[in-house]
Amino acid sequence: MTRTDRIFERASWIIAVACAVFLLLPLLITVLVSFTSSAVYTLPPPEWSLRWYESLERRSGLAEAVALSLNLALISTAASLVIGTAAAMAVVQGQFPGREAMATFVVSPLMMPGLVVGVALLQFLREIGFRDAYAGLLVGHMLITLPFVMRTLLAAMAAFDFSLIDAARTLGMSYGRAVVAVMIPNLAPAFLTAGLFAFLASMDNYPISIFLTDARNKTLPIKMLQYLEEQPDPSLAAMSSGLIMLTLIVLIIGSRTVGLNKMVQG
Amino acid sequence: MSVVSTRYEAPRAPWLDRFVLLAAPGLMYLALVFALPLALLLLKSFQNQDGAFSLAAYAEFFGDPYNLTVLWRTLRVALLTTLLALIIAYPTAFALARAQGLAQSLLLAAMILPLSVGVVVKAFAWSILFRSNGVLNDTLKWLGLIEKPIRMLFTETALIIGAANVFLPFMVLPIYAVIRQLDRSLPEAAASLGASPMFRFFRVTLPLTLPGVIAGSAFTFSLAISMYVIPSLIVGERQQTLSMLIARSYLFLRDDQLGSSISAILLAIAVAVVLGSSWLAGRVAGGRR
Repeated sequence: MTRTDRIFERASWIIAVACAVFLLLPLLITVLVSFTSSAVYTLPPPEWSLRWYESLERRSGLAEAVALSLNLALISTAASLVIGTAAAMAVVQGQFPGREAMATFVVSPLMMPGLVVGVALLQFLREIGFRDAYAGLLVGHMLITLPFVMRTLLAAMAAFDFSLIDAARTLGMSYGRAVVAVMIPNLAPAFLTAGLFAFLASMDNYPISIFLTDARNKTLPIKMLQYLEEQPDPSLAAMSSGLIMLTLIVLIIGSRTVGLNKMVQG
Repeated sequence: MSVVSTRYEAPRAPWLDRFVLLAAPGLMYLALVFALPLALLLLKSFQNQDGAFSLAAYAEFFGDPYNLTVLWRTLRVALLTTLLALIIAYPTAFALARAQGLAQSLLLAAMILPLSVGVVVKAFAWSILFRSNGVLNDTLKWLGLIEKPIRMLFTETALIIGAANVFLPFMVLPIYAVIRQLDRSLPEAAASLGASPMFRFFRVTLPLTLPGVIAGSAFTFSLAISMYVIPSLIVGERQQTLSMLIARSYLFLRDDQLGSSISAILLAIAVAVVLGSSWLAGRVAGGRR
């Protein structure tokens, strides 16, 4: 290692630490603000207090929004894992023409402008006379989770040795049983990662959902932005701090069981 | 380890491959609720009220200099956001690949944890930071760098910083994935042959990590070009972006023609990014063979 190498390495470390601080800064601000006693966002807070955590109960519609978002994220992620696994196997294992194009197509909704996808879907659903807001949201959220799942699974399956399935079949298993008994446990980390990222993306989606909601069905990000515009007080910071704690717990469990490195592999 | 090489391969027409059946649900779903609605939207942007072919909506859009300002601002902000994210992410990805044990876990956690907090919350946290009586101004004043508060909120710089912050993990992770698979003996081999550090970086390391850079940049750029929540909270109505124009035309003006033509323009840019980046990625991969 030459001197220049060492300078490069040290510089990359300094930037990495700065990057971590930069990334965590908005989270830190959120947590600090959530413990303030004042109704405006002054930092540092004049006094510490838990009043915004207590006020969460009284926020009308917040619990419903959380429940709706959790419901949509869970169902769309689960459905996407099933459909996505089948489609990813087809792309990785199949022999039919156009597989490359198919792989690009199934991941492409990730890179399309959310508002445009949302409005196009809304107009299409109206055209065919489909008016149920909840079902529309579910259909829209699967457009977020399916590509996320596909992206991770395509990468993981490209590295999976499919001859293991053939081996299980020569030992007498059916194709379906071989997939369940051999491939799924082998790719468990990829499923976990795919599921987690898809779930978070669904929970956080604003642009597609905004066109598909109605007065009774409002997802969490939509409700939060509405609160911020109407009556911004630190209760949202309190709720977000709760979500941060929840993810922290998931991450600690994830790092103990799967390893963080495996989790970001997708 | 392919002990069993007796793969069952019956002769059959390629389209009848049983794997087509596995792909069918996912493909049909995306075709029906993603590709078809977007195609219909595109079609609508070329029609007038009576359904006849017309370019009036585009003429209206490009005829208004304000819209051109917005288009140019959207592209500029997305480009600068991508650039800023890349400058921070590239060295970070290297450090992440070199790090071990606890240091690596902490860095990785710093990448994943922000994903758990919604864009709404993060953008709002930035707007608190940027306020003229906010933490950032107070800190700068305390350091003696400024005398009176400078205006940060509602500026394009604030928007770029906030957006880069939100999209940074999507830039770091693809680059990190490529660096981790990088054969570290290659730069070392170049060094043993007398290549200078600069030469090694630009001729060996950088070309090998380009696939990650392309993937991360394309993803970040396409997110930045269509962001809506971040600009609405950090710059507000004063400096609109294409997404804000779309939301305004549909949700407030109820002008479907105008909305669909702006949507079509934004869509065209996004499709160009997808095609352009996969073309670039193919070239980079091809050049190495």
